[in-house]
Amino acid sequence: MNRILLTLVFFMGSALGQPRSGLEFSGAEIRQLQASDAENPGMLWVDRGAGLFAQHCAACHQPGSMKGVATRYPRVVDGKVVNLEAKLRHNGPRLAYESQELLALTAYVAHQSRGLPFSRGISNEEAEKGRREYYRRRGQMNLSCAHCHEASAGKTLGAETLSQGQPNGYPAYRLEWQTLGSLHRRLRACMYGLHAELPAYGSDLLLDLELFLAVRGRGLLLETPAVRR
Amino acid sequence: MALARIQLPKDAKRGELVEVRIVIQHPMETGFRRDAGGERVARNAIHSLACRYNGAEVFRATLSTGIAANPYLRFFLRAGESGDLDFWWLDDDEKEGTAKTRLVVA
Repeated sequence: MNRILLTLVFFMGSALGQPRSGLEFSGAEIRQLQASDAENPGMLWVDRGAGLFAQHCAACHQPGSMKGVATRYPRVVDGKVVNLEAKLRHNGPRLAYESQELLALTAYVAHQSRGLPFSRGISNEEAEKGRREYYRRRGQMNLSCAHCHEASAGKTLGAETLSQGQPNGYPAYRLEWQTLGSLHRRLRACMYGLHAELPAYGSDLLLDLELFLAVRGRGLLLETPAVRR
Repeated sequence: MALARIQLPKDAKRGELVEVRIVIQHPMETGFRRDAGGERVARNAIHSLACRYNGAEVFRATLSTGIAANPYLRFFLRAGESGDLDFWWLDDDEKEGTAKTRLVVA
């Protein structure tokens, strides 16, 4: 039954080009873990982010006033891609990429937009550079993102079901990491699997890819903090 | 920093069974993992956890490295008087953690 459903998802996905959240490719346990705030471990970071927000941001911003903000990132400002992490680092405390503090703050802000459609106001032209990177073959495996996440989404790779690789749940709690991680960490994990050079956190390549992924998954609802394998 | 999330029903009736859920932020290091430099990461897991309700112990658990990071525990207790639930735990680094919430009994 599951397999039929997934095959269906695959064909509908490729035929209609309709974006589907990674949650739809997940098993029942993971869905339950994400659905319940009492069980979702990502909520620990949201709680911690609330404390950091009160400490660093409350001079200008009311707590809980960030609804909808995460739907407007990533975006292009003066020709540069700015994602939510970069925005928070720029306007708030100078936190290191992938530090627990920045993850917590990002999760807290993005969580307030949970259930809203993300990626607004990016033009296809702006995302063109990321689109080229998305379809570029890389690494010793000589595969592009599309080989797994478009041509094979819904099929299995070993014991895993390949998803469309949508970014709408990040920062997300991955069971493989046993912790919360950013979209850039997830993209680096893919690059590692391809035996490709690992781009640095916050590098132009990852930002361009993030921007294209946002356009590609336009209309998906934000799920931060999502739970993924 | 010890961080935990405790979930209780908003109100309970006297004599009712109440579901208590807690998620604790903790790496639960197994001692078998190696870091990026190839060095073994020392074992550090929560090994004891207890919960007191109005001062009396109502729940105790022994945990080990077989349990995933950020452990989630769930148990039931019978509601008596309104009162505090005090959680306490101890890990291999001898670091204690505590968390507290109030159970309101109607």
